[in-house]
Amino acid sequence: MSNSNSLYINPYSLRVNGANREVADSQVSESLLFVLRERLGCTGTKNACTEGECGSCVVLVDGVLTCSCLVLAATVVGREITTIEGLGIAESADEKLLDERGGLLPVQQAFVDEGAVQCGFCTPGLIVAVHDLLEANPNPSEGDVREALSGNLCRCTGYGRILAAVRSACEQMRSPL
Amino acid sequence: MTNVIVARSVDEALATLSEAPDITILAGGTDLMVEINRGLRQLNSVIALAQVPELHRWSIGEDRLMIGAGVTYTTMLNTKLAQAAPALAQAARTVGSPPIRNAGTLGGNLGTASPAGDTLPVLAALNASIVLDGPSGERCLSLEEFMVGVKRTCLAPGELIKAVEMDHLSGGQEYLKIGPRNAMVISMAGVALAVDRKAKQVRCALGAVAANIPRASEAEAWVGERINWDSGTGVDSVLAQEFGQRMAAESSPIDDHRSTAAYRRHAVGVLAARALQRVFSEGTNGYV
Ligand SMILES: Cc1cc2nc3c(=O)[nH]c(=O)nc-3n(C[C@H](O)[C@H](O)[C@H](O)COP(=O)(O)OP(=O)(O)OC[C@H]3O[C@@H](n4cnc5c(N)ncnc54)[C@H](O)[C@@H]3O)c2cc1C
Ligand code: FES
Ligand code: FES
Repeated sequence: MSNSNSLYINPYSLRVNGANREVADSQVSESLLFVLRERLGCTGTKNACTEGECGSCVVLVDGVLTCSCLVLAATVVGREITTIEGLGIAESADEKLLDERGGLLPVQQAFVDEGAVQCGFCTPGLIVAVHDLLEANPNPSEGDVREALSGNLCRCTGYGRILAAVRSACEQMRSPL
Repeated sequence: MTNVIVARSVDEALATLSEAPDITILAGGTDLMVEINRGLRQLNSVIALAQVPELHRWSIGEDRLMIGAGVTYTTMLNTKLAQAAPALAQAARTVGSPPIRNAGTLGGNLGTASPAGDTLPVLAALNASIVLDGPSGERCLSLEEFMVGVKRTCLAPGELIKAVEMDHLSGGQEYLKIGPRNAMVISMAGVALAVDRKAKQVRCALGAVAANIPRASEAEAWVGERINWDSGTGVDSVLAQEFGQRMAAESSPIDDHRSTAAYRRHAVGVLAARALQRVFSEGTNGYV
């Protein structure tokens, strides 16, 4: 089992944002984060710590919020992976909504409106984490929000505007345009 | 040959392990992937357990709980397990962040066998048996037998952790830990208490202050004699302070990059005193 070839595994295919994507020449040890960014070109998912500390790499795996840096890519064959690129109002949705919001989800729009984005590095991870929170709990308390985002680091904003964006997204979702 | 095997059953995992006993076992990846990403671990082959349904099972019996090795922290927090083993839920609640708790498992905390592993003091206090399966069949070990040193277990080649069984108690329980902030911290000191009313025992275990997960048997015996077991009273702040000092005396911490021995010992005293008052406060412990 330990000849050097064995470090490479056969092409396999991942389901990313609804599409099957072939991954070729991948090493056994590659994380989902690495494969998404370096092999599939999905660079919306960010890479900062590769040890679960910062949350910039979070994605949904079968709907579960997951640090993609801690997932061995070849183990999630057949599972539904949703990255930041897959969040937004799909083309099939109401055209008027699509026009008004430029395809952004209320959470995404709220981050723009509230100035919750500075350098933007943490933003994809935060959007995925907030989306995950609001799907499960559309009316979170301040404590719930802080808890849900405890695994997402932002070195720019001081978090105040991020919390404001989450509040505003909740209001938006309660009384849509 | 495939190098990443996603097992679908315990039998399949055991068969793979018996053919390739040196294959790396991967559960939630929250410890292992950190090592792999840092280049500290060379991988030939991996067997992934996250999709083995049997390992995700848990059940609540009258006297004992069974928790599969693949049960995540999120499950320990969000199911009836949280009422059946409140200290385990408290420990789970302190682990990492939501995505870490969605992935990290009880079996992985045992497999890593760090003295700072947050579930381990709770398992020690609940008299847990760790159920292993492998080439020579099933065996059940206490935590003391299983964890033979810092990050060292007695898992034999080809063996895996199947489940953990532990006491289902009706008395109060508490797990408290201390770290530099409230989220995403590895414990600098941890205390688990579990009250066993039938046996008139306060079971006490310590985390991150020794090479293993010790039960503080002298403090246990001392405090057990001072509780009025009929009414659940007898714990005032003076008693709690002395209990804390006795717990601290039974810890054997070291200085390292996370903290100093002196601070850890002090922290054990504070946490143990607080935990004792909580497990005997009104409304907990089955006392009215
Ligand atoms: C950001 C971050 C924060 C963390 N915070 C905490 C914390 O606060 N407290 C804490 O205690 N831990 C913490 N951890 C560590 C980790 O999350 C836990 O130890 C977790 O329980 C590991 O479980 P896992 O399923 O991810 O294990 P893995 O990483 O998959 O495996 C860990 C080890 O156990 C072995 N193993 C796993 N399952 C089995 C099995 N069934 N049979 C045999 N061997 C097995 C593996 O081979 C490996 O050696 C943190 C980790 C990260 C990345
Ligand atoms: S890159 Fe995955 S958590 Fe930081
Ligand atoms: S906006 Fe820069 S890290 Fe958050």
